[in-house]
Amino acid sequence: MAHASATTTETDIAIIGAGVVGTALGYGLARSGRSVLLLDEGDVALRASRGNFALVWVQGKGLGLPAYARWTRRSADLWPDFATLLESETGIGIHHSRPGGFSLCLSDGELQAQKDEMARLHNQLGHEDYPYEFLDHEATRGRLPDIGPDVAGSIFCPLDGHVNSLKLFRALHAGFQNHGGRYEPDRTVATILPAADGFCIAGHWGEVRARNVILAAGLGNARLAPMVGLHAPVTPNRGHIMVTEKTTPFLHHPVVNVRQTDEGGVMIGDSHEDGASQTGVRRPLASSIAARAISLFPRLADLNIVRIWSALRVMSPDGFPVYQQSQTMPGAFVACCHSGITLAAVHALTLAPAIAAGVLPDETFAPFSGRRFHVPAAA
Amino acid sequence: MFQRLPETTSHRADINFTFEGRPLAASQGDSLACALLAAGVVACRTTPATGAARAPYCLMGVCFECLVTIDGIANRQACMVEVTDGMQVTRQTGKREASPSGPRA
Repeated sequence: MAHASATTTETDIAIIGAGVVGTALGYGLARSGRSVLLLDEGDVALRASRGNFALVWVQGKGLGLPAYARWTRRSADLWPDFATLLESETGIGIHHSRPGGFSLCLSDGELQAQKDEMARLHNQLGHEDYPYEFLDHEATRGRLPDIGPDVAGSIFCPLDGHVNSLKLFRALHAGFQNHGGRYEPDRTVATILPAADGFCIAGHWGEVRARNVILAAGLGNARLAPMVGLHAPVTPNRGHIMVTEKTTPFLHHPVVNVRQTDEGGVMIGDSHEDGASQTGVRRPLASSIAARAISLFPRLADLNIVRIWSALRVMSPDGFPVYQQSQTMPGAFVACCHSGITLAAVHALTLAPAIAAGVLPDETFAPFSGRRFHVPAAA
Repeated sequence: MFQRLPETTSHRADINFTFEGRPLAASQGDSLACALLAAGVVACRTTPATGAARAPYCLMGVCFECLVTIDGIANRQACMVEVTDGMQVTRQTGKREASPSGPRA
């Protein structure tokens, strides 16, 4: 384009995608003194970040990849210090708490299936055990007095928690900019090309020259990764979320599909639809989500739903994150996952410093390489 | 503070309702929010976040500033409800209380 050369900017590190993943990395890198530019697509972006459920969640994660269970646990363990750091640097309260979380089951069959899955998860070779309990109806009611009579039982894990994700997002942006990070909206990236000393990132808006580029563009990574010799075949998985009017506090632990925010609203969610390529609300699905939530907590029937929305999760073929540095174009990295809130701490405090050092150590990151998707599926 | 426009002098004051137990009059067809404003009620609720007083604002269902309790049901949007005879309206103070066992039968 004729005007492109007129708007060339230079930066040490360019991050494509300013959702919660890109911003957590940007915050971590800017803290380490690097010059970082966040390129955000703008309001047309799919923005998985706006569909998050704000859980910092450990239980049940990592079946099929013990390294993911460890990575998740590590982030959840870093979260209290991370929250303190972010709050002290920005003055923004993000309301992180770790009271332990529940998965509630509405039948004995559901409870048994959950027990079996937790047993398989913990029996994996290389799995690091973490504490959890099975509770029957009475024991569950002892800790969650408002459950309905149809709740058969629950799994409780003391490592689970939640946060105010809107405040987190704002604090990450504020922290990033406090450390000198620059944010630019409306920067849809069309091409990434190797350049003399790094990369040239271009779109209708102009171009950026960067020594390093990090792809944190969620579903957009599927298109961008091959431009720098990486592979991130992520596809959308749609989830619905609804939120009630604010109500007096009654739910003091997050449940995997129902949580009361620090402000009093109750979020209800946890639907999974593969193949949906757009956001939007399916009323029958919303009704069934609401009906299930009312079975779990009958008092919810008394409350108005004030908003319903959906968003698209960023799912890799096996559901685990992709972190990798390009072999053919070193200095280009990809980072994508579906649990950007849970992993925000480890992204900012572990992954960002590794990227800053130019090496993703194998012992932590090899299991998350996108190369795993090239291996033919074994029988 | 608010006055009805002269061309709407069809104001008949034919609806009687109460706010915080105080008898007030309105015209048939008034939204409850307008009926409250016309009757001089300035603050109709306090926010759950800070406790600050709030009054009807957008009058078209989007800002949720006009929340009140109507006939025992909390957090109703006064601008989206037509005032009716005998309606008992009270302030919405902070967060809504929901009954632990669900709605009243």
